[in-house]
Amino acid sequence: MADPMRVRATENGGIVDVKILMKHDMESGQRKDAAGKTIPAWFISTLNVKANGKDVLNGQFGPAVSKDPFLNFKYKGAKGDKIVVSWVDSKGDKRTDEATAS
Amino acid sequence: MQRNLTLGLASGLLVVLLTVSSSVLAQKSATDDIAKYREMIADGNPSELYEAAGEELWKKPAGPKNATLEQCDLGLGPGVVKGAAAQLPRYFKDTNKVQDLESRLMTCMQNLQGRDPQEMVDAPFQQGPKKDMEAIVAYVVTLSKGDKIKVSTNHPKEKEMYELGKRAFNFQGGPMDFSCASCHAENGKRIRLQDLPNLVEQKGAALGWGYWPAYRVSSGQFWTMQQRLNDCYRQQRFPFPIYGSDVTIALSMYMAKTANGGTVETPGLKR
Amino acid sequence: MKITHIKKLLTVSGFILATCLMQNTAMAQQKNDPKFNKMMTDSFRAEGIAGLDRIQQDETQKFCSDPVFAGSKQGEKMREKIQKMNMDLIKQPSDGKYIGDWKKGESIAQSGRGATWTDKADAAVGGGCYNCHQIDSKEISYGNIGPSLTGYGKLRGYSPEVITYTWNRINNSKAYNACSNMPRFAHFKLLNEQQIQDVMALLLDPASPVNQ
Repeated sequence: MADPMRVRATENGGIVDVKILMKHDMESGQRKDAAGKTIPAWFISTLNVKANGKDVLNGQFGPAVSKDPFLNFKYKGAKGDKIVVSWVDSKGDKRTDEATAS
Repeated sequence: MQRNLTLGLASGLLVVLLTVSSSVLAQKSATDDIAKYREMIADGNPSELYEAAGEELWKKPAGPKNATLEQCDLGLGPGVVKGAAAQLPRYFKDTNKVQDLESRLMTCMQNLQGRDPQEMVDAPFQQGPKKDMEAIVAYVVTLSKGDKIKVSTNHPKEKEMYELGKRAFNFQGGPMDFSCASCHAENGKRIRLQDLPNLVEQKGAALGWGYWPAYRVSSGQFWTMQQRLNDCYRQQRFPFPIYGSDVTIALSMYMAKTANGGTVETPGLKR
Repeated sequence: MKITHIKKLLTVSGFILATCLMQNTAMAQQKNDPKFNKMMTDSFRAEGIAGLDRIQQDETQKFCSDPVFAGSKQGEKMREKIQKMNMDLIKQPSDGKYIGDWKKGESIAQSGRGATWTDKADAAVGGGCYNCHQIDSKEISYGNIGPSLTGYGKLRGYSPEVITYTWNRINNSKAYNACSNMPRFAHFKLLNEQQIQDVMALLLDPASPVNQ
Protein backbone atom coordinates (compact mmCIF):
# COMPACT_ATOMS: atom_id res chain seq x y z
CA MET A 1 0.00 0.00 0.00
CA ALA A 2 1.11 3.59 -0.62
CA ASP A 3 2.20 6.11 2.05
CA PRO A 4 -0.31 6.80 4.85
CA MET A 5 -2.73 9.74 4.85
CA ARG A 6 -3.50 11.95 7.82
CA VAL A 7 -7.25 12.01 8.46
CA ARG A 8 -8.86 14.22 11.10
CA ALA A 9 -12.55 14.74 11.76
CA THR A 10 -14.18 17.01 14.33
CA GLU A 11 -17.90 17.33 14.93
CA ASN A 12 -19.63 20.54 15.92
CA GLY A 13 -23.38 21.19 15.99
CA GLY A 14 -24.21 18.23 13.76
CA ILE A 15 -21.57 19.11 11.16
CA VAL A 16 -18.41 17.02 10.82
CA ASP A 17 -15.35 18.90 9.50
CA VAL A 18 -13.05 16.42 7.73
CA LYS A 19 -9.39 17.23 6.93
CA ILE A 20 -7.37 14.85 4.80
CA LEU A 21 -3.67 15.19 3.99
CA MET A 22 -2.50 12.77 1.27
CA LYS A 23 1.07 11.85 0.37
CA HIS A 24 1.39 11.67 -3.41
CA ASP A 25 3.72 13.14 -6.03
CA MET A 26 0.83 13.99 -8.36
CA GLU A 27 2.93 14.19 -11.51
CA SER A 28 1.00 15.94 -14.27
CA GLY A 29 3.01 14.32 -17.05
CA GLN A 30 3.97 17.75 -18.38
CA ARG A 31 7.22 18.21 -16.45
CA LYS A 32 10.67 17.35 -17.76
CA ASP A 33 13.59 16.15 -15.67
CA ALA A 34 17.13 17.62 -15.66
CA ALA A 35 18.04 15.48 -18.71
CA GLY A 36 15.06 16.79 -20.69
CA LYS A 37 12.97 13.62 -20.50
CA THR A 38 9.27 13.93 -19.70
CA ILE A 39 8.43 12.66 -16.20
CA PRO A 40 5.52 10.22 -16.68
CA ALA A 41 2.11 11.19 -15.32
CA TRP A 42 1.21 9.63 -11.98
CA PHE A 43 -1.65 11.00 -9.93
CA ILE A 44 -4.59 10.09 -7.71
CA SER A 45 -7.57 9.42 -10.00
CA THR A 46 -10.44 8.78 -7.60
CA LEU A 47 -11.09 9.44 -3.94
CA ASN A 48 -13.91 8.06 -1.85
CA VAL A 49 -14.94 8.97 1.70
CA LYS A 50 -17.47 6.93 3.64
CA ALA A 51 -19.02 7.74 6.99
CA ASN A 52 -20.43 4.69 8.73
CA GLY A 53 -20.37 2.83 5.43
CA LYS A 54 -22.27 5.49 3.49
CA ASP A 55 -20.65 7.66 0.76
CA VAL A 56 -20.24 11.27 1.87
CA LEU A 57 -17.77 12.34 -0.83
CA ASN A 58 -16.63 11.07 -4.19
CA GLY A 59 -13.86 12.88 -5.97
CA GLN A 60 -12.33 12.61 -9.41
CA PHE A 61 -8.84 14.00 -9.05
CA GLY A 62 -6.43 14.42 -11.92
CA PRO A 63 -3.21 16.08 -13.02
CA ALA A 64 -4.51 19.53 -12.06
CA VAL A 65 -4.28 18.66 -8.36
CA SER A 66 -0.88 19.47 -6.90
CA LYS A 67 1.54 17.40 -4.85
CA ASP A 68 0.61 16.16 -1.36
CA PRO A 69 -3.06 17.18 -1.70
CA PHE A 70 -4.96 18.61 1.23
CA LEU A 71 -8.73 18.16 1.17
CA ASN A 72 -11.14 19.77 3.62
CA PHE A 73 -14.92 19.30 3.51
CA LYS A 74 -17.96 19.14 5.79
CA TYR A 75 -20.91 16.78 5.97
CA LYS A 76 -23.90 16.30 8.27
CA GLY A 77 -22.88 13.74 10.87
CA ALA A 78 -22.27 12.89 14.53
CA LYS A 79 -19.48 12.25 17.00
CA GLY A 80 -18.19 8.73 16.76
CA ASP A 81 -18.80 8.45 13.01
CA LYS A 82 -16.37 5.95 11.47
CA ILE A 83 -14.76 7.73 8.52
CA VAL A 84 -12.93 5.70 5.87
CA VAL A 85 -10.93 7.46 3.14
CA SER A 86 -9.70 5.54 0.07
CA TRP A 87 -7.96 6.59 -3.10
CA VAL A 88 -6.82 4.86 -6.29
CA ASP A 89 -4.14 6.32 -8.54
CA SER A 90 -3.34 6.19 -12.24
CA LYS A 91 -0.96 3.25 -11.75
CA GLY A 92 -3.58 1.29 -9.82
CA ASP A 93 -1.90 1.89 -6.46
CA LYS A 94 -4.29 2.25 -3.52
CA ARG A 95 -4.45 3.66 -0.01
CA THR A 96 -7.11 3.52 2.72
CA ASP A 97 -7.03 5.20 6.12
CA GLU A 98 -9.60 5.70 8.87
CA ALA A 99 -10.52 8.13 11.60
CA THR A 100 -13.30 8.60 14.12
CA ALA A 101 -15.16 11.90 14.31
CA SER A 102 -14.42 13.41 17.71
CA MET B 1 -20.99 77.81 -5.24
CA GLN B 2 -18.28 77.61 -2.59
CA ARG B 3 -19.48 74.15 -1.55
CA ASN B 4 -19.24 72.91 -5.16
CA LEU B 5 -15.72 74.29 -5.41
CA THR B 6 -14.68 72.57 -2.21
CA LEU B 7 -16.32 69.36 -3.36
CA GLY B 8 -14.57 69.62 -6.71
CA LEU B 9 -11.20 70.23 -5.07
CA ALA B 10 -11.71 67.40 -2.62
CA SER B 11 -12.63 64.85 -5.29
CA GLY B 12 -9.78 66.10 -7.50
CA LEU B 13 -7.33 65.60 -4.66
CA LEU B 14 -8.76 62.16 -4.00
CA VAL B 15 -8.29 61.18 -7.65
CA VAL B 16 -4.69 62.44 -7.64
CA LEU B 17 -3.91 60.58 -4.42
CA LEU B 18 -5.41 57.39 -5.78
CA THR B 19 -3.46 57.48 -9.06
CA VAL B 20 -0.17 58.43 -7.39
CA SER B 21 -0.45 55.69 -4.80
CA SER B 22 -1.97 53.04 -7.06
CA SER B 23 1.37 51.39 -7.79
CA VAL B 24 2.29 51.50 -4.11
CA LEU B 25 -1.13 50.04 -3.23
CA ALA B 26 -0.73 47.34 -5.89
CA GLN B 27 2.63 46.46 -4.37
CA LYS B 28 1.36 46.43 -0.80
CA SER B 29 -1.73 44.40 -1.68
CA ALA B 30 0.49 41.82 -3.39
CA THR B 31 2.42 41.19 -0.17
CA ASP B 32 -0.82 41.30 1.87
CA ASP B 33 -2.49 38.78 -0.43
CA ILE B 34 0.50 36.49 -0.18
CA ALA B 35 0.24 36.71 3.61
CA LYS B 36 -3.47 35.83 3.36
CA TYR B 37 -2.66 32.87 1.10
CA ARG B 38 -0.10 31.65 3.60
CA GLU B 39 -2.69 31.82 6.37
CA MET B 40 -5.10 29.81 4.25
CA ILE B 41 -2.65 27.01 3.58
CA ALA B 42 -1.36 26.94 7.17
CA ASP B 43 -3.84 24.15 7.86
CA GLY B 44 -2.94 20.80 6.38
CA ASN B 45 0.83 21.23 6.58
CA PRO B 46 2.31 18.25 4.66
CA SER B 47 5.08 18.19 7.30
CA GLU B 48 2.64 16.07 9.29
CA LEU B 49 3.09 13.27 6.77
CA TYR B 50 6.85 13.38 7.32
CA GLU B 51 6.36 13.53 11.08
CA ALA B 52 4.20 10.40 11.02
CA ALA B 53 6.82 8.56 8.96
CA GLY B 54 9.56 9.85 11.29
CA GLU B 55 7.85 8.56 14.40
CA GLU B 56 7.70 5.10 12.82
CA LEU B 57 11.40 5.24 11.90
CA TRP B 58 12.33 6.30 15.45
CA LYS B 59 10.80 3.12 16.77
CA LYS B 60 11.86 0.78 13.94
CA PRO B 61 14.99 -1.39 14.33
CA ALA B 62 17.54 -0.54 11.64
CA GLY B 63 21.19 -0.82 10.67
CA PRO B 64 23.67 -3.63 11.25
CA LYS B 65 22.91 -3.58 15.01
CA ASN B 66 19.18 -3.90 14.27
CA ALA B 67 18.35 -1.33 16.96
CA THR B 68 15.82 1.49 17.25
CA LEU B 69 16.65 5.14 18.01
CA GLU B 70 14.64 5.04 21.22
CA GLN B 71 17.78 5.38 23.37
CA CYS B 72 19.10 8.38 21.44
CA ASP B 73 20.21 11.22 23.71
CA LEU B 74 19.35 14.57 22.12
CA GLY B 75 20.55 16.49 25.16
CA LEU B 76 17.78 15.85 27.67
CA GLY B 77 18.65 12.22 28.36
CA PRO B 78 18.37 8.96 26.41
CA GLY B 79 15.06 8.69 24.59
CA VAL B 80 13.78 12.13 25.65
CA VAL B 81 12.45 13.73 22.47
CA LYS B 82 9.96 16.22 23.90
CA GLY B 83 11.53 19.67 24.07
CA ALA B 84 14.96 18.52 22.88
CA ALA B 85 15.07 20.37 19.53
CA ALA B 86 14.38 23.72 21.25
CA GLN B 87 17.73 23.44 23.03
CA LEU B 88 19.88 22.51 20.07
CA PRO B 89 22.66 23.06 19.10
CA ARG B 90 24.45 22.14 22.32
CA TYR B 91 27.65 20.60 23.62
CA PHE B 92 27.68 16.83 24.09
CA LYS B 93 30.14 15.23 26.47
CA ASP B 94 30.29 11.84 24.70
CA THR B 95 31.39 13.34 21.37
CA ASN B 96 33.12 16.33 23.00
CA LYS B 97 31.64 18.72 20.49
CA VAL B 98 28.77 21.06 19.80
CA GLN B 99 26.16 19.35 17.64
CA ASP B 100 22.96 20.38 15.87
CA LEU B 101 19.97 18.07 15.51
CA GLU B 102 21.10 16.36 12.33
CA SER B 103 24.69 15.74 13.33
CA ARG B 104 23.46 14.42 16.70
CA LEU B 105 21.03 12.07 14.95
CA MET B 106 23.93 10.83 12.81
CA THR B 107 25.82 10.07 16.04
CA CYS B 108 22.85 8.09 17.36
CA MET B 109 22.43 6.22 14.08
CA GLN B 110 26.10 5.32 14.18
CA ASN B 111 26.37 4.35 17.87
CA LEU B 112 23.00 2.71 18.40
CA GLN B 113 22.30 1.26 14.96
CA GLY B 114 25.79 0.84 13.49
CA ARG B 115 24.93 2.93 10.44
CA ASP B 116 27.76 4.61 8.51
CA PRO B 117 27.57 8.41 8.91
CA GLN B 118 29.53 8.95 5.68
CA GLU B 119 26.64 7.40 3.71
CA MET B 120 24.33 9.98 5.26
CA VAL B 121 26.77 12.82 4.52
CA ASP B 122 27.24 11.76 0.90
CA ALA B 123 23.57 11.13 0.07
CA PRO B 124 21.86 13.92 -1.89
CA PHE B 125 19.07 15.74 -0.06
CA GLN B 126 15.64 14.09 -0.39
CA GLN B 127 17.20 10.75 -1.38
CA GLY B 128 18.31 7.49 0.19
CA PRO B 129 19.27 7.73 3.88
CA LYS B 130 18.54 11.47 3.85
CA LYS B 131 14.87 10.64 3.30
CA ASP B 132 14.89 8.84 6.65
CA MET B 133 16.71 11.77 8.25
CA GLU B 134 14.15 14.29 6.98
CA ALA B 135 11.26 12.26 8.41
CA ILE B 136 12.97 11.79 11.79
CA VAL B 137 13.82 15.50 11.95
CA ALA B 138 10.16 16.34 11.27
CA TYR B 139 9.14 14.06 14.13
CA VAL B 140 11.68 15.45 16.60
CA VAL B 141 11.01 19.14 15.90
CA THR B 142 7.24 18.65 16.13
CA LEU B 143 7.77 17.61 19.74
CA SER B 144 9.30 21.01 20.51
CA LYS B 145 6.56 23.02 18.81
CA GLY B 146 5.38 25.81 21.06
CA ASP B 147 8.43 25.65 23.35
CA LYS B 148 10.75 28.57 23.88
CA ILE B 149 14.05 28.57 21.97
CA LYS B 150 16.62 28.04 24.69
CA VAL B 151 20.23 27.38 23.68
CA SER B 152 23.11 27.86 26.05
CA THR B 153 26.58 29.28 25.45
CA ASN B 154 27.78 28.40 28.95
CA HIS B 155 30.17 25.69 27.85
CA PRO B 156 33.37 27.19 26.35
CA LYS B 157 32.88 25.15 23.15
CA GLU B 158 29.34 26.48 22.82
CA LYS B 159 30.58 30.04 23.21
CA GLU B 160 33.33 29.41 20.69
CA MET B 161 30.86 27.97 18.16
CA TYR B 162 28.68 31.05 18.59
CA GLU B 163 31.63 33.39 17.90
CA LEU B 164 32.71 31.34 14.88
CA GLY B 165 29.14 31.44 13.62
CA LYS B 166 28.96 35.21 13.98
CA ARG B 167 32.16 35.57 11.97
CA ALA B 168 30.94 33.12 9.31
CA PHE B 169 27.69 35.10 9.07
CA ASN B 170 29.67 38.13 7.92
CA PHE B 171 32.12 36.22 5.70
CA GLN B 172 31.93 37.54 2.13
CA GLY B 173 32.90 35.29 -0.73
CA GLY B 174 32.08 34.01 -4.18
CA PRO B 175 31.74 36.01 -7.41
CA MET B 176 28.89 38.07 -5.98
CA ASP B 177 30.63 39.05 -2.71
CA PHE B 178 27.69 37.66 -0.73
CA SER B 179 27.69 36.86 2.95
CA CYS B 180 24.65 35.91 5.03
CA ALA B 181 24.70 39.53 6.16
CA SER B 182 24.23 40.76 2.57
CA CYS B 183 20.56 39.79 2.85
CA HIS B 184 19.87 39.06 6.49
CA ALA B 185 21.26 41.95 8.50
CA GLU B 186 18.65 44.68 8.01
CA ASN B 187 15.01 45.14 8.94
CA GLY B 188 12.29 45.46 6.34
CA LYS B 189 14.26 43.99 3.43
CA ARG B 190 13.01 41.57 0.82
CA ILE B 191 14.23 39.80 -2.33
CA ARG B 192 11.50 40.19 -4.96
CA LEU B 193 8.44 39.65 -2.76
CA GLN B 194 10.10 37.31 -0.28
CA ASP B 195 10.60 38.97 3.10
CA LEU B 196 14.01 38.46 4.65
CA PRO B 197 14.28 38.06 8.43
CA ASN B 198 16.96 40.17 10.10
CA LEU B 199 18.95 37.36 11.72
CA VAL B 200 21.16 39.73 13.70
CA GLU B 201 18.30 40.69 16.02
CA GLN B 202 16.23 38.48 18.32
CA LYS B 203 12.92 39.06 16.58
CA GLY B 204 14.24 38.30 13.10
CA ALA B 205 16.39 35.40 14.29
CA ALA B 206 13.30 33.82 15.88
CA LEU B 207 11.46 34.17 12.55
CA GLY B 208 14.29 32.37 10.79
CA TRP B 209 15.42 29.79 13.32
CA GLY B 210 11.94 29.18 14.70
CA TYR B 211 10.25 28.32 11.38
CA TRP B 212 12.75 25.94 9.78
CA PRO B 213 12.71 22.92 9.22
CA ALA B 214 9.66 23.39 7.03
CA TYR B 215 7.64 21.97 4.14
CA ARG B 216 8.41 24.05 1.11
CA VAL B 217 5.36 24.23 -1.17
CA SER B 218 7.34 25.52 -4.17
CA SER B 219 9.49 22.39 -4.21
CA GLY B 220 6.95 20.01 -2.61
CA GLN B 221 9.64 18.92 -0.17
CA PHE B 222 10.36 18.95 3.54
CA TRP B 223 13.61 20.86 4.09
CA THR B 224 15.71 20.44 7.22
CA MET B 225 17.86 23.30 8.51
CA GLN B 226 20.94 21.72 6.90
CA GLN B 227 19.20 21.78 3.53
CA ARG B 228 18.09 25.37 4.06
CA LEU B 229 21.67 26.46 4.84
CA ASN B 230 22.97 24.42 1.92
CA ASP B 231 20.66 26.17 -0.53
CA CYS B 232 21.51 29.58 0.94
CA TYR B 233 25.16 28.95 0.18
CA ARG B 234 24.25 27.79 -3.33
CA GLN B 235 22.41 31.08 -3.93
CA GLN B 236 25.39 32.94 -2.49
CA ARG B 237 27.46 31.29 -5.26
CA PHE B 238 29.70 29.64 -2.66
CA PRO B 239 31.17 26.14 -2.94
CA PHE B 240 29.19 23.25 -1.36
CA PRO B 241 28.95 23.19 2.46
CA ILE B 242 29.55 19.65 3.63
CA TYR B 243 26.56 18.09 5.43
CA GLY B 244 26.88 18.57 9.19
CA SER B 245 30.15 20.51 8.82
CA ASP B 246 31.32 22.94 11.49
CA VAL B 247 30.33 26.04 9.53
CA THR B 248 26.71 24.82 9.42
CA ILE B 249 26.71 24.11 13.15
CA ALA B 250 28.41 27.43 13.94
CA LEU B 251 25.82 29.36 11.94
CA SER B 252 23.03 27.39 13.60
CA MET B 253 24.48 28.23 17.01
CA TYR B 254 24.69 31.91 16.12
CA MET B 255 21.10 32.04 14.88
CA ALA B 256 19.65 29.96 17.72
CA LYS B 257 21.36 31.94 20.46
CA THR B 258 20.26 35.20 18.86
CA ALA B 259 16.72 33.82 18.69
CA ASN B 260 16.63 32.74 22.36
CA GLY B 261 13.29 33.50 23.99
CA GLY B 262 11.42 33.14 20.70
CA THR B 263 8.91 30.36 20.04
CA VAL B 264 9.61 27.13 18.20
CA GLU B 265 7.10 27.07 15.33
CA THR B 266 8.54 24.09 13.49
CA PRO B 267 7.68 22.25 11.35
CA GLY B 268 6.89 25.32 9.29
CA LEU B 269 5.16 25.80 5.95
CA LYS B 270 6.90 27.94 3.39
CA ARG B 271 6.16 29.11 -0.15
CA MET C 1 54.65 67.22 48.28
CA LYS C 2 56.54 65.13 45.72
CA ILE C 3 54.40 62.05 46.46
CA THR C 4 51.16 63.91 45.73
CA HIS C 5 52.46 65.18 42.40
CA ILE C 6 53.62 61.73 41.39
CA LYS C 7 50.24 60.23 42.29
CA LYS C 8 48.43 62.81 40.15
CA LEU C 9 50.88 62.31 37.30
CA LEU C 10 50.46 58.56 37.45
CA THR C 11 46.66 58.83 37.53
CA VAL C 12 46.56 61.18 34.57
CA SER C 13 49.02 59.17 32.47
CA GLY C 14 47.23 55.98 33.43
CA PHE C 15 43.99 57.48 32.20
CA ILE C 16 45.58 58.63 28.93
CA LEU C 17 47.12 55.20 28.39
CA ALA C 18 43.83 53.46 29.06
CA THR C 19 41.98 55.69 26.60
CA CYS C 20 44.61 55.11 23.93
CA LEU C 21 44.44 51.38 24.40
CA MET C 22 40.64 51.44 24.30
CA GLN C 23 40.66 53.40 21.08
CA ASN C 24 43.13 51.03 19.47
CA THR C 25 41.46 47.77 20.48
CA ALA C 26 37.91 48.94 19.77
CA MET C 27 38.55 50.20 16.30
CA ALA C 28 41.08 47.85 14.75
CA GLN C 29 40.14 45.48 11.95
CA GLN C 30 39.26 42.03 13.26
CA LYS C 31 42.29 39.83 13.67
CA ASN C 32 43.09 36.88 11.46
CA ASP C 33 41.73 33.76 13.20
CA PRO C 34 43.45 30.49 12.21
CA LYS C 35 40.71 28.42 13.85
CA PHE C 36 38.07 30.24 11.81
CA ASN C 37 40.10 29.86 8.61
CA LYS C 38 40.47 26.13 9.21
CA MET C 39 36.73 25.80 9.82
CA MET C 40 36.00 27.46 6.49
CA THR C 41 38.45 25.36 4.45
CA ASP C 42 37.33 22.13 6.13
CA SER C 43 33.60 22.82 5.85
CA PHE C 44 33.31 23.29 2.09
CA ARG C 45 33.99 21.20 -0.99
CA ALA C 46 34.03 22.04 -4.69
CA GLU C 47 30.84 21.27 -6.60
CA GLY C 48 30.08 21.90 -10.26
CA ILE C 49 31.52 25.24 -11.30
CA ALA C 50 31.86 26.42 -7.70
CA GLY C 51 35.42 25.75 -6.61
CA LEU C 52 37.14 26.36 -3.29
CA ASP C 53 38.83 29.40 -4.82
CA ARG C 54 35.50 31.13 -4.24
CA ILE C 55 36.20 31.29 -0.51
CA GLN C 56 39.67 32.77 -1.02
CA GLN C 57 38.79 36.32 -0.17
CA ASP C 58 40.14 39.31 -2.07
CA GLU C 59 40.94 42.56 -0.27
CA THR C 60 37.46 43.99 -0.72
CA GLN C 61 35.74 40.90 0.64
CA LYS C 62 38.12 40.65 3.59
CA PHE C 63 37.51 44.27 4.51
CA CYS C 64 33.74 44.07 4.19
CA SER C 65 33.54 40.85 6.23
CA ASP C 66 34.11 43.04 9.31
CA PRO C 67 31.11 45.36 9.11
CA VAL C 68 31.87 47.08 12.44
CA PHE C 69 35.32 48.21 11.34
CA ALA C 70 34.29 48.75 7.72
CA GLY C 71 31.60 51.22 8.76
CA SER C 72 33.64 52.99 11.46
CA LYS C 73 35.49 56.29 11.42
CA GLN C 74 38.80 54.42 11.64
CA GLY C 75 37.83 52.37 8.60
CA GLU C 76 37.38 55.45 6.41
CA LYS C 77 40.89 55.41 4.99
CA MET C 78 40.60 51.74 4.04
CA ARG C 79 37.17 52.39 2.49
CA GLU C 80 38.64 55.04 0.22
CA LYS C 81 41.51 52.75 -0.71
CA ILE C 82 39.09 49.92 -1.59
CA GLN C 83 36.92 52.28 -3.63
CA LYS C 84 39.87 53.59 -5.61
CA MET C 85 41.15 50.05 -6.17
CA ASN C 86 37.78 48.98 -7.59
CA MET C 87 37.44 52.13 -9.69
CA ASP C 88 40.83 51.42 -11.31
CA LEU C 89 39.55 48.00 -12.43
CA ILE C 90 36.68 49.42 -14.49
CA LYS C 91 37.01 49.39 -18.28
CA GLN C 92 34.88 51.62 -20.50
CA PRO C 93 33.11 49.81 -23.40
CA SER C 94 35.56 48.55 -26.05
CA ASP C 95 33.34 49.80 -28.90
CA GLY C 96 32.56 53.10 -27.20
CA LYS C 97 28.85 52.20 -27.13
CA TYR C 98 27.07 52.68 -23.81
CA ILE C 99 23.44 52.07 -24.74
CA GLY C 100 22.24 48.72 -26.11
CA ASP C 101 18.78 47.14 -26.40
CA TRP C 102 16.39 47.80 -23.49
CA LYS C 103 14.18 44.80 -24.31
CA LYS C 104 17.17 42.51 -23.82
CA GLY C 105 18.09 44.57 -20.76
CA GLU C 106 14.72 43.80 -19.21
CA SER C 107 15.27 40.03 -19.69
CA ILE C 108 18.70 40.30 -18.11
CA ALA C 109 17.24 42.26 -15.19
CA GLN C 110 14.51 39.64 -14.72
CA SER C 111 16.85 36.64 -14.68
CA GLY C 112 18.46 35.68 -11.38
CA ARG C 113 20.09 32.58 -12.81
CA GLY C 114 23.67 31.44 -13.24
CA ALA C 115 27.00 30.99 -11.45
CA THR C 116 25.69 28.53 -8.82
CA TRP C 117 27.02 25.01 -8.41
CA THR C 118 23.96 23.61 -10.24
CA ASP C 119 24.57 25.81 -13.27
CA LYS C 120 26.60 24.70 -16.27
CA ALA C 121 29.71 26.71 -17.11
CA ASP C 122 28.19 28.00 -20.34
CA ALA C 123 24.82 28.91 -18.83
CA ALA C 124 23.82 32.56 -19.27
CA VAL C 125 24.18 34.56 -16.09
CA GLY C 126 21.38 37.01 -15.34
CA GLY C 127 21.70 40.36 -13.62
CA GLY C 128 19.17 39.50 -10.95
CA CYS C 129 18.35 43.20 -10.82
CA TYR C 130 14.70 42.81 -9.78
CA ASN C 131 15.82 40.79 -6.78
CA CYS C 132 16.90 44.06 -5.17
CA HIS C 133 15.51 46.92 -7.24
CA GLN C 134 12.23 48.28 -8.54
CA ILE C 135 12.80 49.02 -12.25
CA ASP C 136 9.88 48.96 -14.70
CA SER C 137 6.87 50.10 -12.66
CA LYS C 138 4.73 47.45 -14.37
CA GLU C 139 6.70 44.75 -12.51
CA ILE C 140 5.31 44.46 -9.00
CA SER C 141 7.56 41.60 -7.93
CA TYR C 142 10.65 43.57 -6.94
CA GLY C 143 12.96 43.71 -3.95
CA ASN C 144 13.97 46.62 -1.79
CA ILE C 145 17.57 45.86 -0.89
CA GLY C 146 18.63 48.52 -3.39
CA PRO C 147 16.99 51.86 -4.27
CA SER C 148 14.18 52.13 -6.81
CA LEU C 149 15.39 52.70 -10.37
CA THR C 150 11.99 53.62 -11.78
CA GLY C 151 12.32 56.76 -13.90
CA TYR C 152 16.10 56.44 -13.77
CA GLY C 153 16.97 58.41 -16.90
CA LYS C 154 13.95 60.68 -16.71
CA LEU C 155 14.99 61.89 -13.25
CA ARG C 156 18.72 62.19 -13.82
CA GLY C 157 18.94 63.17 -17.45
CA TYR C 158 21.09 61.58 -20.13
CA SER C 159 24.34 63.54 -19.81
CA PRO C 160 27.75 61.90 -20.37
CA GLU C 161 28.38 62.15 -16.64
CA VAL C 162 25.22 60.20 -15.79
CA ILE C 163 26.00 57.65 -18.49
CA THR C 164 29.59 57.09 -17.30
CA TYR C 165 28.54 56.95 -13.64
CA THR C 166 25.85 54.38 -14.41
CA TRP C 167 28.23 52.29 -16.53
CA ASN C 168 30.77 52.31 -13.71
CA ARG C 169 28.17 51.52 -11.09
CA ILE C 170 26.92 48.42 -12.90
CA ASN C 171 30.45 47.28 -13.72
CA ASN C 172 31.74 47.67 -10.18
CA SER C 173 29.49 49.19 -7.54
CA LYS C 174 32.30 49.11 -4.97
CA ALA C 175 34.10 51.89 -6.82
CA TYR C 176 31.59 54.23 -5.16
CA ASN C 177 30.68 52.36 -1.98
CA ALA C 178 33.32 50.01 -0.61
CA CYS C 179 30.83 47.59 0.94
CA SER C 180 27.93 47.99 -1.46
CA ASN C 181 25.61 44.97 -1.44
CA MET C 182 25.61 44.95 -5.24
CA PRO C 183 27.75 42.33 -7.03
CA ARG C 184 30.67 43.50 -9.16
CA PHE C 185 29.18 42.38 -12.46
CA ALA C 186 32.11 43.07 -14.77
CA HIS C 187 34.91 42.32 -12.32
CA PHE C 188 33.71 38.78 -11.78
CA LYS C 189 32.64 38.37 -15.43
CA LEU C 190 29.01 37.78 -14.45
CA LEU C 191 27.74 40.02 -17.23
CA ASN C 192 29.62 40.73 -20.43
CA GLU C 193 29.92 44.10 -22.17
CA GLN C 194 26.92 43.51 -24.44
CA GLN C 195 24.71 42.56 -21.49
CA ILE C 196 25.74 45.64 -19.54
CA GLN C 197 25.03 47.83 -22.58
CA ASP C 198 21.54 46.29 -22.67
CA VAL C 199 20.95 46.93 -18.95
CA MET C 200 22.20 50.48 -19.50
CA ALA C 201 19.53 50.88 -22.21
CA LEU C 202 16.85 49.71 -19.78
CA LEU C 203 17.84 52.57 -17.50
CA LEU C 204 19.00 55.24 -19.95
CA ASP C 205 17.16 54.77 -23.24
CA PRO C 206 14.48 57.50 -23.31
CA ALA C 207 12.22 54.94 -25.05
CA SER C 208 12.63 52.38 -22.23
CA PRO C 209 9.48 51.71 -20.15
CA VAL C 210 11.55 52.79 -17.14
CA ASN C 211 11.57 56.36 -18.46
CA GLN C 212 7.93 56.70 -19.53
